[in-house]
Amino acid sequence: MEKKQDYLILEDEVAIPYENAYGPTWTRFFEGLKDETIYGTRCAKCDRVLVPARSFCSRCFVETDDWVEVSQEGAIISWVLTEYEYFGMPTKPPFIGALIKLDGTDTNFLHLVGGIDLSDPDYVRKTVKNGMKVKAVWQEEKKGHIMDIKYFEPI
Amino acid sequence: MGRPVAIIGSGQTYHGRRFDVTYPELVKEAVDALFEKTGISPDDIEGVVSGTMPSMMEGVALTHFYFAEVLRSVGKPIMKTETCGSTGISLAFTGYYWVASGMADLVLVVGSEKMNEGDSQATMTTVVEPFYQRYFIAGAPGVFSMQCQEWSTRFGIPEEKVREAATRITIDHHNDAFDNPYAHIKKRLTPEEVNNARIITYPIRLWDVCPNSDGACAMIFASEEMVKKYGLKPAWVKGVGYSGEEYWFGDSEKAIWQCAIDAAKQAYNMAGITNPRKELDVAEVYNPFTYQEMLYYECFGFCDFGEACDLVLKGVFSREGELPCDPSGGTLCTNPIGATGLNRVAEAALQVTGQAGDHQIPGAKLSLAHAMGGVDQYNGVMILGSKK
Ligand SMILES: [Zn+2]
Repeated sequence: MEKKQDYLILEDEVAIPYENAYGPTWTRFFEGLKDETIYGTRCAKCDRVLVPARSFCSRCFVETDDWVEVSQEGAIISWVLTEYEYFGMPTKPPFIGALIKLDGTDTNFLHLVGGIDLSDPDYVRKTVKNGMKVKAVWQEEKKGHIMDIKYFEPI
Repeated sequence: MGRPVAIIGSGQTYHGRRFDVTYPELVKEAVDALFEKTGISPDDIEGVVSGTMPSMMEGVALTHFYFAEVLRSVGKPIMKTETCGSTGISLAFTGYYWVASGMADLVLVVGSEKMNEGDSQATMTTVVEPFYQRYFIAGAPGVFSMQCQEWSTRFGIPEEKVREAATRITIDHHNDAFDNPYAHIKKRLTPEEVNNARIITYPIRLWDVCPNSDGACAMIFASEEMVKKYGLKPAWVKGVGYSGEEYWFGDSEKAIWQCAIDAAKQAYNMAGITNPRKELDVAEVYNPFTYQEMLYYECFGFCDFGEACDLVLKGVFSREGELPCDPSGGTLCTNPIGATGLNRVAEAALQVTGQAGDHQIPGAKLSLAHAMGGVDQYNGVMILGSKK
């Protein structure tokens, strides 16, 4: 069982830099965000539109080189209001993470829901609903990054 | 199918903030308890499997090497298995496969975690890639809140009913934990306390969430020959099922959760189970969050989809119910992540060998153990029985 004595504690932190390759498919997808375009790829076999764009269909294992510009509007499938911050968390709370089914696509797109007051959880809970229609809002300055989309706001 | 395999002993540590020992010393506590309890000599072990959460949790890579001495593994083959939350059940599978294949007769399997030394939610964030998903996945509570919402919306379960059932689950489990000497959080909760607890990520409140526990669990998988040799009460592995999904969180449905359904189906088929609620005597379902426990009842065929809340409120899954679930208090009361799934297997084995002490389900002969891992990506189910 836990003893009452206080023993020494060593404080340690490991920080390692990484360089991650986008490759051709994701380079094109993320470059598309700079032009306020969300790209998906359509599978020729199962006809699903996958977003973000993929180089192959995960179910049919065929290459997906049919690029489609997908709708910037969709419906919320599920959402969560996050108010706490973890070490290393890239998005600063409070924020709403959400699965959004963009119109005409077959996968749920993970992004933020914003453009509403997030300071009161009760208000958020009454305002944000599954099935709610939302549309993309873009950052002024784009970097070819997933956060070039600022968030999706209720229509 | 492989040879028959049985679990012939387990050892657990006490859980809590275990700053009274180093990490290897904590692992040693579980391993020593196992050898003391079984009387088996460490020299007779042919291979060792060790596992933890992803290495970012420990701050030390290749922990199975760090633990070489305490695992009594020097001079023996050693493997690491690591699947995040499902590490423990994956460990059990690795031990099972090793013995079932005929390549070993006696394998030591050990899961461990010192949750209080690292940062579990920061670690969880590194399970998601840095291009796209990492910006939106806020640790485990974020993922499970979304899943819970998807589930309750999908089946039109009123918010109040979900809350009432979740409250019943957490009160029951925290009561059950008093009868498990190794459980971490033991508390007599009132509905008011639970319903008014602070929100972690809506609708999840404090008592819907598992704690950060430090602990380890050790177990021996044995061939039939070794079961006879040592004369220890065996918990026979009757069925195993392990199923995963695509990596991308938005690609598959999480309410009718296919990998959970398939894992259970595989295990039931192998064990010859057709009506799990009737045939199983007890289940150790991985329940880091109250809501998720109910979703599992449905995916595992304990009841129909959308029905779990009603049956929870009727007491079907409580200690005296038709199919008692998590009489140990489960993950909700004790969560040393790399050991948690193995604790489920250990508890399921204790039940079918009549060794569960104060939380024994009388006459239990067939049990289920389960764990889940990744960002809602993998589920593993193991069925144990008192008879081969
Ligand atoms: Zn396809």
